[in-house]
Amino acid sequence: MNKEIVSIIQKDQLYNLMLKGERADGRAFDEIREIKIETGVISKAEGSARVEIGDTKLIVGVKISPGTPFPDTPDVGVIITSLELIPLASPEFESGPPRENAVELARVTDRGIRESGAIDLKKLCMIEGEKVWIIFIDIHVLDDGGNIMDAAALGSIAALLTATIPAERYELGEDAPLPIRDIPVSVTAVDIGGGIVFDPSLQEERVANTKLTVISNQEGALAGMQKSGSGSLSPDQINHIVEVACKKAQDIREKFLEI
Amino acid sequence: MTDKPEKFIDENGIRSDNRRANEIRDVKIEVGVLSRADGSCYLEFGKNKVMAAVYGPREVHPRHQQKSNRAIVRYKYNMASFSVEDRKRPGPDRRSIEVSKVSREALEDQIFTEYFPKSAIDIFVEVLQADAGTRTAALNAASVALADAGIPMRSLVSACAVGKVDDTLVLDLNKDEDNYGQADMPIAMTPDGKITLLQMDGHLTEEEFRQGLEMAQEGCRQVYEMQRKALIDYYSKKTEVSGTEVTAAEDVKKDAPEETEGVTPLEVTEDIEDTEKIDDTNETGDAEETEDIRETGDSEDTVKAGDVGESEDSGEEVPYTGENADETDGQMDESEEESSNE
Repeated sequence: MNKEIVSIIQKDQLYNLMLKGERADGRAFDEIREIKIETGVISKAEGSARVEIGDTKLIVGVKISPGTPFPDTPDVGVIITSLELIPLASPEFESGPPRENAVELARVTDRGIRESGAIDLKKLCMIEGEKVWIIFIDIHVLDDGGNIMDAAALGSIAALLTATIPAERYELGEDAPLPIRDIPVSVTAVDIGGGIVFDPSLQEERVANTKLTVISNQEGALAGMQKSGSGSLSPDQINHIVEVACKKAQDIREKFLEI
Repeated sequence: MTDKPEKFIDENGIRSDNRRANEIRDVKIEVGVLSRADGSCYLEFGKNKVMAAVYGPREVHPRHQQKSNRAIVRYKYNMASFSVEDRKRPGPDRRSIEVSKVSREALEDQIFTEYFPKSAIDIFVEVLQADAGTRTAALNAASVALADAGIPMRSLVSACAVGKVDDTLVLDLNKDEDNYGQADMPIAMTPDGKITLLQMDGHLTEEEFRQGLEMAQEGCRQVYEMQRKALIDYYSKKTEVSGTEVTAAEDVKKDAPEETEGVTPLEVTEDIEDTEKIDDTNETGDAEETEDIRETGDSEDTVKAGDVGESEDSGEEVPYTGENADETDGQMDESEEESSNE
């Protein structure tokens, strides 16, 4: 079934539940589904993590290899993030080059890590202008149960935290962990008929017009944000989402991620 | 690429391009600049130069994309290869795909797509010269072009970025501030305060975010006034030029002073009676004459058949008040590079 064809009845049902302060799966508005993170699941990768948020499952693999830096940033390492919505994960996904949804998810994940300064990219430079470490973050979505965004961001940082720079393999010195200095966490909320619910399920994500992702760092400051979907949000709604998202991010960080 | 300046803001609170923290760059808006497009707009935002064209509502190709209950909106943001310092490889990259997506989503809800089932509204924006803030400039131009195309909209959309340099929030980042600043947050909103685009990267505390959001909203309001004025100026000039419509235009002019500044789109629908007068004149009057004018190719002052009527259908965004244009001059300086590795 096409993602666009959302039953009006379903939308109605979620809206009516929202008016009563309830969600279809019984969660509170700001309650996040159960999270499971397992790291080191792919031994061939320099870092990896398998993340589940509710029904959503994905695997993130980090590969690191030497390469040339971008000419405008000769003294820092490179991060390249890609995300694929492969047909294995949902009847709605098609094979082929990434469409705009996948591109957006990858780029927001990438910005969260890059802009929060999670990786000290200066330390990944070996010879200025010639040789730096390039970090490839590849996100494979296995099951779309809604809110791939947060799972992707969570998986990426979890995989990075366990990643090793494979210097010995390239005869460039000793293996070392990645220079990680911050842990950005993404929390997403959607607007359903004026009510804001966090960590949307697939059903909620489908009926919602507007989604806001907030990525915050260890000190509780914002590192990235992205509004997605054709609807709009009021400044009050946005401020509310930002406030709750920062708190939730802190909870998740304390529970699952540590440097 | 220039090096990072030591200071972005001097001791008097003046930025490198002589602006204060809460000041936007000079904006120049020209409406109806392309002859083949249904609506168009050329816009300069500081050193950014963008051109937007709107086609539609028109048939959907490929047909399987069409929706039986509404029009689809397609937005294509494209950067010219010469718009940045290091030549950009032509064609869509991941950045432009994302920018196109969020920009489309910023406009989609403001368009009455339900009026045009099974059709497509295509928006194309070319960035001719890039100097930080191209997505907001593009969106501002697209919004005006939609109005020019007579697409019925709930309201215009205005966009502006806010960022942080030297631990200070500044409105509408310039190139250096964008490259070396601490945060960048483009937003778009409607005149009644609904935020339709919000992106952010960098580092902002919650408090800075709140302040930044307010600043950006104020920037958007300023842009909105300029967009509105550009449309009003263009269309009041148009109605004056074509002889038969002078009466209608004058009628409307009498009403003009009653309008409050910063009219929200819905209030403007009160003008619909006047609209109908114009509509009538246009339909019964000079369809042929306008055709003739068009063939002479004087695109600036040409009235396209049905043009006036159409835009007034959408009355919301093109109220006929008459004031003279006072466009600020954009600068024609050298281009600078748009971040190349992202």
